[in-house]
Amino acid sequence: MEQAPSPHASVDGQALPGRVRKAPEQHMGTQFHAQASTARRSFMAKALAMGAGAGAAPMAAATPSGGLAQAEGEDAILKLPAHTTGLGQPVAARGYGLPSQYEKNLQRRESPGLTRVSAASVSFTPLQSLFGILTPSGLHFERHHQGWWDINPEHHRLMINGMVRQARVFTMDDLMRLPAVSRIFFIECGANTGMEWGNVAVPTVQYSHGMLSCSEYTGVLLSTLLEIAGANTRKGRYVLAEGADGSSLTRTIAMDRALDDVMVAWSMNGEMLRPENGYPLRLVVPGVQGVSWVKYLRRIEVGDQPYHTKDEVVHYVDLMPDGRHRQFTSIQEVKSVITTPSGGQVLIDKGYHNLTGLAWSGRGRIKRVDVSVDGGRNWRAARLEAPILSKALTRFNIDWVWDGGPAILQSRAVDETGHVQPMMRQLRAVRGTRSIYHNNAIQSWKVAQTGEVFNVQVA
Amino acid sequence: MFRSPERMRPVRSFPRFPIALRSIAVRSIALRSITLRSIAMRSIAMGSIAVLFFALLPAIPALASDKPWMHLGRAATPAEVKAWDIDVRADFRGLPKGAGSVSMGEEVWEAKCTSCHGTFGESNEVFTPIVGGTTRKDIETGLVANLARSDYPQRTTLMKLSTLSTLWDYINRAMPWNEPKSLKVDEVYAVVAYILHLAEVVPADFTLSDSNIAQVQKRIPNRNGKVMFAGLWDLKGKPDVQGELCFTQCKVLAQATSILPEFARNAHGNLAEQNRLLGPSRGADTTRPALSEPLKVAIASGTAQLPRVAAPSAKTPAMMAREQNCLACHGIQSKMVGPALREVAGRYKGNVNAEGILAERILKGGSGNWGPIPMPAQPQVSGDDARTLARWILAGAQ
Repeated sequence: MEQAPSPHASVDGQALPGRVRKAPEQHMGTQFHAQASTARRSFMAKALAMGAGAGAAPMAAATPSGGLAQAEGEDAILKLPAHTTGLGQPVAARGYGLPSQYEKNLQRRESPGLTRVSAASVSFTPLQSLFGILTPSGLHFERHHQGWWDINPEHHRLMINGMVRQARVFTMDDLMRLPAVSRIFFIECGANTGMEWGNVAVPTVQYSHGMLSCSEYTGVLLSTLLEIAGANTRKGRYVLAEGADGSSLTRTIAMDRALDDVMVAWSMNGEMLRPENGYPLRLVVPGVQGVSWVKYLRRIEVGDQPYHTKDEVVHYVDLMPDGRHRQFTSIQEVKSVITTPSGGQVLIDKGYHNLTGLAWSGRGRIKRVDVSVDGGRNWRAARLEAPILSKALTRFNIDWVWDGGPAILQSRAVDETGHVQPMMRQLRAVRGTRSIYHNNAIQSWKVAQTGEVFNVQVA
Repeated sequence: MFRSPERMRPVRSFPRFPIALRSIAVRSIALRSITLRSIAMRSIAMGSIAVLFFALLPAIPALASDKPWMHLGRAATPAEVKAWDIDVRADFRGLPKGAGSVSMGEEVWEAKCTSCHGTFGESNEVFTPIVGGTTRKDIETGLVANLARSDYPQRTTLMKLSTLSTLWDYINRAMPWNEPKSLKVDEVYAVVAYILHLAEVVPADFTLSDSNIAQVQKRIPNRNGKVMFAGLWDLKGKPDVQGELCFTQCKVLAQATSILPEFARNAHGNLAEQNRLLGPSRGADTTRPALSEPLKVAIASGTAQLPRVAAPSAKTPAMMAREQNCLACHGIQSKMVGPALREVAGRYKGNVNAEGILAERILKGGSGNWGPIPMPAQPQVSGDDARTLARWILAGAQ
């Protein structure tokens, strides 16, 4: 995570619109053409073609494999498909349900060249194709420091020690008997958007912002456990959280935060945590970068000094222009991004588009989101969808009629403390370009006249 | 690790607060039991009052019905705490007694660390280099000068390290990569001493121990290189960079300052296959140059199709190798913890029994064939999958 892996280019003058090249005859690729011409006359194929051809396109010019070949109407309607005329599958054909076979493009993915060892790496959530605020558990981003495990919960223990009246041990049974809370929070890696500090380095929102997920967690408040152990919360101003995996990752958390809203969670989105997310137990530290949400949580220690662990000294430190590192930077500040349309996508048509995106702040609720389609000159307020929760993702939408000309789309969030999401140049003026962590700059997507969308930096 | 006097005493007899404070607490709790009994169970008071409650709550049976879960869990035994409480703090609390010399460290390093980190901790193959970028001047000033240079290519571990405890703690808890917590205490001291010697912090004949480690801390090159920024730490921390709430005719730059270069267009794979094939947009086909005309025009003229829903694809051996974590230790081309897969293919070239031998190695592990680090058994892999992986490796791991 130390270097932005991809080289960059500055753009001079004409380079942006000048990127347009003569298209080869089949610029969407031969595989798509082949698939299209042999496609079953299914609802899906025709719906796609119909969607594409609807509007201004004359009926006669519709695509060869679908569309309105007959004057009476469309095959998707006139010819009843197998699923309308046959018997479907029984209940519990799949004991644990899966997404549709047509959704296979949505995968969490690694950014090539970002890390060299896949057991100490990152996979990114495909934000470009998601809706609402809750991340499907199977698409939750991953960050492992020494590989992931599927731990037998029967043998998992949580220990609380240090400045406590009595060091204590809890089984999963003990923990799951305690008074539980269920709360929705975002989790964002401190290095999310870190590759973009110096320049544009990645093509899509999956890679630029995809170390971000939001889930409903169920667990016990850490304050409850500290109370049971009799923690000295007056002198013990810090807690250390430690994982049970090989890396036994450790992070320091301030006691006032630990007593505020930190949870020891066993559940994510109604089921037990997924192994990749720390099954059977993880720390939830709302508003704070993901590295502090220790997975496979085995131990909480109460102490009177911060611990200066590897991920507080060598990593997760923000390099400032003077060569010194900021240490213990934790809060994920106010941030937003338009997810659809976004970099690497192509708009299928001119006219109306619902711009949609996500906003969040580690300091509380989102108060407003404004959207610009002209690179930041003029801004309009977006609609915030309910629920608007503290330290959770908030979904926003706004109407846009694309006239077919070039546009630069941006979103800017404000949180309840009044913190306004900054521009890249404002961040750089204070923190330079080598910080890696805590980049919450306004994101820009350039829409070319072709409808293709590019990740650009304009400010 | 927190080593406090209370650990040495029977826990129950340890008074956590002065007696006077204790009596105040008793009074306030008695008061609470009368006046606040009706408050919902979840309302756990925090702050200074809570401190007093915490001190005595479990000791007062009258409150048991208020929080009937307080008995859950059990006391940890001293042996259990010792087994898990391994952290070493910046003031070296938690550091076990022991010692290790640079020369002993070199031996351990050669056997267990070189394969990933290189002989001199300089390797950039598997992980970011540990050693490099620090100078004797830095040891004097406690500030690594290269960190202020924007043209310096990489930040090594020793350039960033400010507290020596961190290095000791991390090696002790997480190294070696595939066998964490296997080093003896003296070996950890020795490896730390060897690394410090490579950076010229200690001489070749040095022995690092619990009694001199605090002195060595005073020579760590970047010991003064950290600052605490409360704005991103405190519960009510204030931000250092504020945006502008402008709405119309805001000042913007005329040109884009950065865009992904054309040659990197497909570096993340074909984006057409990374987007849903429904809705108002599609992923761009990045195996081709950027579009020269809008999609819809192309469709209307019959020369192109929107990408269709992709057919489900079968699991490839390469995917299996990733899933089974083979690639955590084996590179395709380059040696990491274990040999490169293509090296393996090379050694077994022409051996008609190769597939069976290799499948067995995958399932049961092996040692002594490729150096000192053994290949662990992989009981989670099925026999069929092991043979598939073996065939794939022998065919060049494409």
